[in-house]
Amino acid sequence: MTTRTLLRAALLAGAALIGAFGTDVRAAGSMIVTYQSDVATLDPAVGYDWQNWSMIKSLFDGLIDYAPGTTEIVPDLAESYEISADGLTYTFKLRQGVTFHNGREMTAEDVKYSLERTINPATQSPGASYYDTIKGYEDVASGASTTLAGVTVVDPHTLTIELNRPDAPFLHKLALNFAFVVAKEAVEEHGADFGKNPVGTGAFKLAEWTLGQRVVFARNADYYIADRPKLDEVVFEIGQDPSVALLRLERGEVDLLGDGIPPARFVDVMGNADLAKQVVQGGQLHTGYVTLNTRVAPLDNVAVRQALNHAINKDRIVQIINGRAVPANQALPPAMPAYNTAETGYAYDPEKAKALLAEAGLADGFSTELYAMNTDPNPRIAQAIQQDLAAIGVTVEIKALDPSVVIEAGGTEGAAPMIWSGGMAWIADFPDPSNFYWAILGCGAAAPGGWNWSWYCNQDVDALAGQADAMTDPAQAQARLDAWTRVFSKVLADAPWIPIFNEERFTMHSTRIAGDSDAIFVDPVHIPVHYDVVFATDAQ
Amino acid sequence: MIRFLARRLAQAVVILLGVTVVTFALAFLIPADPARMIAGRAATVETVASIRHQLGLDQPIPVQYARYLGRLAQGDLGRSYAQKTEVVELIGSRLPATLLLLAGAIFCELAIGLPAGIFAATRRGRFADRAVMTLSFVGVSAPQFVVGLLLLYVFAYLLGLFPLSGYGGLEHLVLPALTLGLAGGGFYSRMTRASMVGVLGQDYIRTARAKGVAETGVVLRHGLRNAILPIVAMIGIDIGLFMSGAVVVESVFGWPGIGQLAWQAIQRVDIPIMMGVTLTAATAIVLGNVIADLATALIDPRIRLN
Repeated sequence: MTTRTLLRAALLAGAALIGAFGTDVRAAGSMIVTYQSDVATLDPAVGYDWQNWSMIKSLFDGLIDYAPGTTEIVPDLAESYEISADGLTYTFKLRQGVTFHNGREMTAEDVKYSLERTINPATQSPGASYYDTIKGYEDVASGASTTLAGVTVVDPHTLTIELNRPDAPFLHKLALNFAFVVAKEAVEEHGADFGKNPVGTGAFKLAEWTLGQRVVFARNADYYIADRPKLDEVVFEIGQDPSVALLRLERGEVDLLGDGIPPARFVDVMGNADLAKQVVQGGQLHTGYVTLNTRVAPLDNVAVRQALNHAINKDRIVQIINGRAVPANQALPPAMPAYNTAETGYAYDPEKAKALLAEAGLADGFSTELYAMNTDPNPRIAQAIQQDLAAIGVTVEIKALDPSVVIEAGGTEGAAPMIWSGGMAWIADFPDPSNFYWAILGCGAAAPGGWNWSWYCNQDVDALAGQADAMTDPAQAQARLDAWTRVFSKVLADAPWIPIFNEERFTMHSTRIAGDSDAIFVDPVHIPVHYDVVFATDAQ
Repeated sequence: MIRFLARRLAQAVVILLGVTVVTFALAFLIPADPARMIAGRAATVETVASIRHQLGLDQPIPVQYARYLGRLAQGDLGRSYAQKTEVVELIGSRLPATLLLLAGAIFCELAIGLPAGIFAATRRGRFADRAVMTLSFVGVSAPQFVVGLLLLYVFAYLLGLFPLSGYGGLEHLVLPALTLGLAGGGFYSRMTRASMVGVLGQDYIRTARAKGVAETGVVLRHGLRNAILPIVAMIGIDIGLFMSGAVVVESVFGWPGIGQLAWQAIQRVDIPIMMGVTLTAATAIVLGNVIADLATALIDPRIRLN
């Protein structure tokens, strides 16, 4: 099923690339998107949730972007770029004549200012540390300076960025919202309220924001990509309960469910041919896993961790969530480059698990704790894990708690023996395997407040990962991915996690809206949809 | 009367100060670190420390509390951690919606509860009485999110009589106000009945009947007027009860009030909003009680003289 889905996504993405995003679509009409929660902020340096992430992408642009529906890097505000042979200097040629929503032309100074602003601690950006390879990062991050020594404005349309060390995923990092270009004068005018008064260069501009009720995006008529956006406006209706939003979609009142199909109605929707055809399914860069704390006995023994890996019936857990995921056998999700298709992982085999435990001197089992987030379906998944482990003699006490409490325990050494990651981790910020390693499996993240909840640290694996990220020559791209595949094979052998499943995405939209391909509804970086390339079928 | 009012208001201020102490302490008992929640998962330990410093979270709790009170005295509730907006602005933009919902709910519960209670009291022990009391029991016990979704499904989705959610005209108000008001209506019908049954057994009712006053006059003028005292007191208390009910009802109906705001803030550990909403709700409860006291005092001179 995974392969088929992927294959279909690849085909659709391919079709999208072969010029299907043409000019034959009439750009007019509007769409209504529903959300339950308020929009937190539309400041690209600050916004970091699944709701505002893709909204910000439509208001702002960065030097680099992805082709719609794919993970393929394309130049955006940069017209072209060059990477020096040592991988340390990036030179960007900017597009001419790009203007902010206030009419002023965007220049290299704005790019530099925006990066400095994100790293400046006063901005409180959650993404600042992604740019720690830029020369001068430490000075800005510590507050000693406000200008980045490594970023040079050569002329209004040329910019160079120097790095301290080669950083192969650097272009991906520039495609993150945190590097998007903001208008300095608007930031200075609105101060802390810039997130409510965003001014960027994006396909849409903010037209209305009624707190707690609605946010309206209107077409940016001066957008530099001629045939985008394809709608006159996007209306976000806020405060909508997901089940009510679904009823409204069925009645044709709204076009897209921002919060997805409510779990209680999922089987019902997928079993109804009329409703199911409005659902687009695709993979996402997500793995749900159980962390096994390598600093808590007896989980510090690799044989015990492998035993627990053999004990879990992942198919049954996937059934618990109505098949909204595929069982995982490794850390990386199938949609991620460097995913190892030949890997089979630890098969479900309770007898082998018991034998491994006996070899480790724990024939009678042991007792431990499993932390999990307290909202459905996570406690039920934790119970399934508890039952599977009970079958091999391991007694598990479930601690179902508020996510903030679980995250705190995960980042405290020795506090949480096992954590079910559901609802909290991990979805990649950008489509590169490095984003599935350093923050959750690397030695540097095995620190207080870190997200390496296994407290796993294998220096050899860290070194190998470092070598992979030093391969910046585009000609080495495949060799680099192979190196990452090897990194994750070693991680699997050390078994700091039990990979459980990879969630699938199910985007439900009305027949009033469409894209040149369904891939834009399961775009890897735009969730729930790539707003810039949706068009209205009733406006054609 | 002025002295009575002054005393009640002074008490209200003390109570609200107590509320700030308790909510502030509770916010710090949550084992989650707000700085870490703001910093996000990509942040380094240094970033988290810098955010903690900027928010003043690295200061001793009494110092933080003193600063909070100082800002509160100037009407500043702080800035939301997650939404990066002034809490005063967030609450201010949502308070009218909640007040409108409250007014609608109080109207519904009285419109349901008073007639039902009077009706049952005048038919005490008969089938009609038992039927009304059973229905009121259902109304009181049914969880609001179930009632809300049920009303929504039947009257908005199946019958299409009302919009499925939203805010604006009277048609948007009916279902959420009814959801909130049904439980109160059930409660009021029981209370009105009990109170009326007590009053209708009094000597002066017998006198009125003996004088030949029409039964409607006996019930409404002589009966209800004397039975209504505890009900007026309850309306004040209801304002407080509805503040908690609003959290559920506003979420179900997409009603842009402060209950919805509170619900989101709790999920994001957004302490400034949680504190602001708690304080607003506490103020409403305290004011509701003061108003109830005043109203009963106006109706019944015995209360204000004591």
